[in-house]
Amino acid sequence: MKFVDEFRDPRLIRQAADEIVRLADPSRHYRIMEVCGGHTHAIYRFALADLLPPNLELVHGPGCPVCVLPMGRIDEGLSLVESHGAIFTTFGDVMRVPGRHGSPLERQARGADVRMVYSPLDALKIARDHPDRHVVFFAIGFETTAPSTALTLKRARDLGVANFSVFSNHVTIVPAIRAILDSPDMRLDAFIGPGHVSTVIGARPYAFIARDYRRPVVIAGFEPLDLLQSIVMILRQLRDRRAEVENQYARVVPWEGNLPALRVLASVFELRPYFEWRGLGFISQSALKLRPEYAAWDAEARFAMPGVQVTDPKAAQCGEVLKGVLKPHQCKLFGRECTPERPIGALMVSSEGACAAYINYVHRRTVADAIET
Amino acid sequence: MCLAIPGQIVELASDGHLAIVDVSKVRRTINVDLLEPPPVPGEWVLIHVGFAMSRISGDQAAEQLRLLAMLGEDAQAMAELDGYRFADRVEGGSS
Repeated sequence: MKFVDEFRDPRLIRQAADEIVRLADPSRHYRIMEVCGGHTHAIYRFALADLLPPNLELVHGPGCPVCVLPMGRIDEGLSLVESHGAIFTTFGDVMRVPGRHGSPLERQARGADVRMVYSPLDALKIARDHPDRHVVFFAIGFETTAPSTALTLKRARDLGVANFSVFSNHVTIVPAIRAILDSPDMRLDAFIGPGHVSTVIGARPYAFIARDYRRPVVIAGFEPLDLLQSIVMILRQLRDRRAEVENQYARVVPWEGNLPALRVLASVFELRPYFEWRGLGFISQSALKLRPEYAAWDAEARFAMPGVQVTDPKAAQCGEVLKGVLKPHQCKLFGRECTPERPIGALMVSSEGACAAYINYVHRRTVADAIET
Repeated sequence: MCLAIPGQIVELASDGHLAIVDVSKVRRTINVDLLEPPPVPGEWVLIHVGFAMSRISGDQAAEQLRLLAMLGEDAQAMAELDGYRFADRVEGGSS
């Protein structure tokens, strides 16, 4: 059983799973949202749902940056290639996200100068290596990634790189959680808080969820044991009628977050009045734009962006899946028209998207299989 | 997207922004501006899109490497490290 050996402490996993069964009141239904796409990936990869009682449901949250990006933003970013002869740079996750006129990867195949980078600093380097061309970095990600973009912008300003700009699609997780809590069909009992986002923002920003909405929040790591332990901590809070923010991932997440990262974020970015999230609609103060001091490096300030609004393909039910109303396989296109090879919605693109995770792992070997033998 | 790769600091570059890290015996250059005070050789950090994001223990680093393998993301993590291009200029010196 090599698979079992790969896990830290299979015995502890079993104990945690048993404790969950003991704590779960059979007379009620539990709905716990894992906010982070990394957690969604891990939950499917390890088939953790198989270890949970049937009345405990994990709902996949909005914490997958490419999944919540409205399609029009891709078209808008790519428009700079045609209108200004720009070199379009972005992370690998974005390369396969469909726009109305194809994904960045498809546009590259048709001859557009689209380049995948692993770091925003790589995009800046391309700009320094091609002083005669404009280089735009299509920036995306939550607070985990935004400080890296911010530092890259500071560096561009310090070095006086004039042929570089950032098209910011950075979003912040807390307003999205608040929007979910305020939505009329909200039926969640608790939240598994994101791991790596919290290394930057810390635990404090989640306090309102416990205080104002009386819902437990437990920040969790990514291993099977971490996720199961966080569910144990949530069930204990619910049993005791407590609502607190707890940190299961304290070995990586400091309560205060990363202060230098928060400082650089605040010095380069400010909140947009509102931003559109796929599936969730417009959410106020939920995204980051560059401060006026960085206007020279802000693609939106520098170029006339068309403001493209694209509605999702009608048959695709990405929005319902994102809100947890539908399970991935309940979408009409799942596994038929929409596959990881030919994705129609972004949830099928990223390994952190619920649909890609579901299609890749649901029929694979599971943790439950491994520890029952 | 949220991939976090553990690495051990080998040495800091003279410009103060960059450091050489060792990840599974592969040496790569990353940016350390998000850590205050800057990391010292021997310390372990989590790396995300070219930047050291947080300090971790050696045990936690080993755990994180195993986790990446379990999630099937270890090859992707090494490809990411190999893909960083921003340090070429510093290492090359003159270009």
